[in-house]
Amino acid sequence: MNKDYTLRLSGLEPLVITKETNFVNVGERTNVTGSKMFLRLIKEGNFEEALAVARQQVEGGAQVIDINMDEGMIDGVEAMVRFLNLIASEPDISRVPIMIDSSKWEIIEAGLKCVQGKCIVNSISMKGGEEEFIRQAKIVKRFGAAVIVMLFDEVGQADNYERRIEIAERAYRILTEKVHFPAGDIIFDPNIFPVATGMEEHRRNAIDFFRGSKWITENLPGAKISGGVSNVSFSFRGNDKVREAMHSAFLYHGIQNGMTMGIVNPSQLEVYDQIDKDLLEHVEDVLLDRRDDATERLLEYAEKVKGKGKEKVLDLEWRNAPVTERLSHALVKGIVEFIDEDTEEARQQFARPLEVIEGPLMAGMNIVGDLFGSGKMFLPQVVKSARVMKKAVAYLMPYMDAEKKLSGDTSTSQGKILMATVKGDVHDIGKNIVGVVMACNNFEIIDIGVMVPAEKILETALREKVDVIGLSGLITPSLDEMVHVAKEMERLGLKIPLLIGGATTSRAHTAVKIDPVYSGPVVHVLDASKSVPVAQSLISKDQLAGTTAKFKAEYEQFRIDYKNRRKEKNFVGLNQARAKKMALTYEDIVAPTFLGNKTLIDFPLEQLRERIDWTPFFLTWELAGKYPSIFEDKIIGVEAKKLFEDANKMLDEVIAGKLLQAKGVFGMYEANSYGDDVKIKVNNSEEISFHFLRQQNEKAADQPYLCLADFVAPIESGKQDYMGFFAVTAGIGIEPLIEKYEADHDDYNSIMIKAIADRLAEAFAEKMHELVRTEYWGFGKGEQLTNEEIIREKYISIRPAPGYPACPDHTEKRKLFNLLNAEKETGITLTENYAMYPTAAVSGFYFAHPDSKYFAVGKISKDQVEDYAKRKGESLEYMEKWLSPNLGYDN
Amino acid sequence: MNIREILKQRILILDGAMGTMIQRYSLEEKDFRNDGLQNHPKPLKGNNDLLSFTRPDVIKAIHRQYFDAGADIIETNTFSGTVIAQADYDLGQDWVDKINFESAKIAKEVAVEVTALNPAKPRFVAGAMGPTNRTLSLSPDVNDPGYRAVTFDELVSAYKQQARKLLEGGADLLLIETIFDTLNAKAALYAVDELFEELGKHYPVMISGTITDASGRTLSGQTTEAFLISMQHMPLLSIGLNCALGASALRPYLQVLSGKSDFFVSAYPNAGLPNEFGEYDESPAAMAKQVEEFCKEGLVNILGGCCGTTPDHIKAIADMASNYSPRILHLASGA
Repeated sequence: MNKDYTLRLSGLEPLVITKETNFVNVGERTNVTGSKMFLRLIKEGNFEEALAVARQQVEGGAQVIDINMDEGMIDGVEAMVRFLNLIASEPDISRVPIMIDSSKWEIIEAGLKCVQGKCIVNSISMKGGEEEFIRQAKIVKRFGAAVIVMLFDEVGQADNYERRIEIAERAYRILTEKVHFPAGDIIFDPNIFPVATGMEEHRRNAIDFFRGSKWITENLPGAKISGGVSNVSFSFRGNDKVREAMHSAFLYHGIQNGMTMGIVNPSQLEVYDQIDKDLLEHVEDVLLDRRDDATERLLEYAEKVKGKGKEKVLDLEWRNAPVTERLSHALVKGIVEFIDEDTEEARQQFARPLEVIEGPLMAGMNIVGDLFGSGKMFLPQVVKSARVMKKAVAYLMPYMDAEKKLSGDTSTSQGKILMATVKGDVHDIGKNIVGVVMACNNFEIIDIGVMVPAEKILETALREKVDVIGLSGLITPSLDEMVHVAKEMERLGLKIPLLIGGATTSRAHTAVKIDPVYSGPVVHVLDASKSVPVAQSLISKDQLAGTTAKFKAEYEQFRIDYKNRRKEKNFVGLNQARAKKMALTYEDIVAPTFLGNKTLIDFPLEQLRERIDWTPFFLTWELAGKYPSIFEDKIIGVEAKKLFEDANKMLDEVIAGKLLQAKGVFGMYEANSYGDDVKIKVNNSEEISFHFLRQQNEKAADQPYLCLADFVAPIESGKQDYMGFFAVTAGIGIEPLIEKYEADHDDYNSIMIKAIADRLAEAFAEKMHELVRTEYWGFGKGEQLTNEEIIREKYISIRPAPGYPACPDHTEKRKLFNLLNAEKETGITLTENYAMYPTAAVSGFYFAHPDSKYFAVGKISKDQVEDYAKRKGESLEYMEKWLSPNLGYDN
Repeated sequence: MNIREILKQRILILDGAMGTMIQRYSLEEKDFRNDGLQNHPKPLKGNNDLLSFTRPDVIKAIHRQYFDAGADIIETNTFSGTVIAQADYDLGQDWVDKINFESAKIAKEVAVEVTALNPAKPRFVAGAMGPTNRTLSLSPDVNDPGYRAVTFDELVSAYKQQARKLLEGGADLLLIETIFDTLNAKAALYAVDELFEELGKHYPVMISGTITDASGRTLSGQTTEAFLISMQHMPLLSIGLNCALGASALRPYLQVLSGKSDFFVSAYPNAGLPNEFGEYDESPAAMAKQVEEFCKEGLVNILGGCCGTTPDHIKAIADMASNYSPRILHLASGA
């Protein structure tokens, strides 16, 4: 016998209910018997809005959602199945466990067949006798669900304390002993009846529930208690203030007596502690049956406080955003509710309906694609997003048609595209998305589905006279199948352009394996948005030849490079690389104005603002384009401008309110290189070495093998040289801002503040570098550079950061931080993996040599790693771990 | 000896990929046809399950190679042996019966043969039950998310037929594998539970799910823990993960199962991730090294390989695993 009484439930995510769990909220609005609105939506077949009700429940804090379709006018089985299937495609909803609620067994059984997680059946009882009870319980167990047992037997419903314990005990024995149902999965509903009805026999309804619950909890090991709370306040319908207080008070006492979960409307609950003391006393008098006149007194009191119920509003903050963001929000979240009105608003803002598709809708879909690619969204969500997209496009279609008529453009489409997932593969989500997006762009899509053999693809292509064939696949064998299709196309002498897409496909595979076997155009398309321009250029008679030639040449080149790359994995030995280091002279060494560290506290943000390099800022937001010309971009220009304005508004606030603080420290020290190390003099008694790596990838005969240490005069030169170090942050004070935004579910501003802090930190690094050049170290005195030139690093000297290509060893950062006392001076901390926190931080070295430049160390061979480990006094394994991306050998 | 007893003593080894091995034989369409299939209108090449009776020599040789490499358990060649999966080839009930019965029969023959050589190391046959190519939790139609291409009842009946024939053919246990939709697996468990009740006999059942991508979820969206909770209602022999990811990527999810499961835990990852040509090129040594981490942490009881693995991989894993003791079951175990 399993003594683990934990109730484990699951939707897409787990819900584990232990003794310590305070109380589990079960959402009740998706219940046709309890919600008139939900009933109407189901009757009208408006499942989209019905889903919105479910989503609202989950957003409002429901940990389980109760679904009930028991109504004479609807087909309960059909409605339950349809609704549960729809919920399965809504990860925002289906992340929580489901409670399948019905008094009809066939509805429960139909529901159980639609739910992948461990759900709760609500409910079964002994009303129909022991035999039927056992049969149903066995099936529930076979489906792996938990069960609510209503306290009801052949005689009737348990309506007092004694009957409650009698039925509960009997049901518990049958379930645990005859059905072997896990005791922890048994939940009793000891019947919540209304109080304050004026009927004498109802006076003890609440208190008997509490006592019954307590008895069950104490005497039936593992059993849990649930109930439909709103019943208790039935006689106060219309008086939300009293109902909310009554629900809270009932729950409070219920929980004290062992109630584990309850069906409640979380937005219809007052906080127990915040119930008006007077009202609470009146309510509790009734619930606990404390006075004979409790009911009269509460009724009287209720009249006074009528109609002051609190109303929680759904988080509709996003509705206030500009329409382009709303569209993108709806796409990312898969919300169809407002899509028509938003699309209409966007249509009015843009010159042509197609621009709405190409602009904000595509931008939104791109975000979805990125989130999916990075594992932050998963398949069902992407499908939902595609649906929203499709709805928006459907809305715009008539306008696009009208526009065409007006312009006399009678052609029906840009071209015909055949789409198929190749034989042996069933994955079609990506293909469907591409289809949707292409259709949005006025292509006629002929989608012949999944597992399509080559013969059928070619036969359809010829019959339909398509302009382009698009092949998709997700599993790896599909790659070979695509090669097969291409070969077949060649055999038949076709010239139809072939697009290759899908998760396992790659430019490399297309170039090396597919392109050479087909003389027609072959193009690998990364994602839906990229496929549109490619298809357009392949269909356009003017562009076809050029585009084909371009891709053929590109892939040809790729094959050559690929072959060379494969061959090229040649390394020169470390000694040889050292012998061929960069030939440098160390003539005009400038001594810094001081040696040691200097801290810049609270550096004025206004000054940093001027230094911001905005181009990476837009990249953060996935808007690719150079600042400021990005604003002229037809597709993203408007978005970029809005983003820029929002960023500047936030910068205004940050600067005015001093919300962020910039801190930095830098230091300059006497230094000389010893081979690939640079030794610096910390003070008269202490020296430390920084260790660097040298390139080893074989190069042309006259090319040097670079190492940062070469930029510092070697000890043999007899010259005293110097090296600098720095660490800056602009992220001090960012946590409360992020917390505030995240509490508001305002991802937009939360990302914005991070992006801005990042930019300020980079600007600070740039500014500090300038101060070092022109003042503190002074080798760049008299430089006259514009902001643009500074961004393009037209100055002398470099500031490479540990962990980046020129010095890929992150572990050197610790020494840098110690030398600068950076954690104390700036508040930046290093994680165990040498990441800096706050993330808006930059640290690195200064090399002042006029010929110093950035480079990538690239792959290195084992002789250097061994040498490096020895120089650092670390084990080979340790260094191999930290340098793993740079290892040019298998370890 | 009872498999549960052996599992308490050492890590058991499952076999590696069947498809990868079949590819080595460069079979042609004719190899997939016997007399009864001579005039079958659809191409059958690629329907590997048929080889169990059209080229039993090939399948038996592969089983034998895995046993020789050190596998304790081999899987029957029945990944697509349901009426639902075989419908793509227009093959009906009778062929599906034959696939499962014959596959189990030849696997058992090899197992008996090898066990006789070394009775101290008994070999087992797991009847492999794949996910089918339909999903109960996802709609194949982007315009109608409420649509389903298959019903729960259809899956139950398909799985029941498969399980029955696998056991009749001699399978020692059942392995419901590559689960990307938990509801499909629930249907399989439902079928198996009904079948056991009819037979009046219980067989060990192994469950193996698939985490599809970086999100750490099944294709149907469940986290590993949610998946475990949804599968806990039967007294399983083991629960684990296979396919889709390489060994190192699987580790965090195995930790979840190992920490929370009352059952034995299994893992049979791919030989790394496919390279850009779709080939799995992780070497046996490299894979064994990653899998060794599971053993060091005491995460697993059963180890094997999925896509891209070969007898060489299994040998490397078996040799490595012999140095480690198995994961210890929780005391609260109800299994």
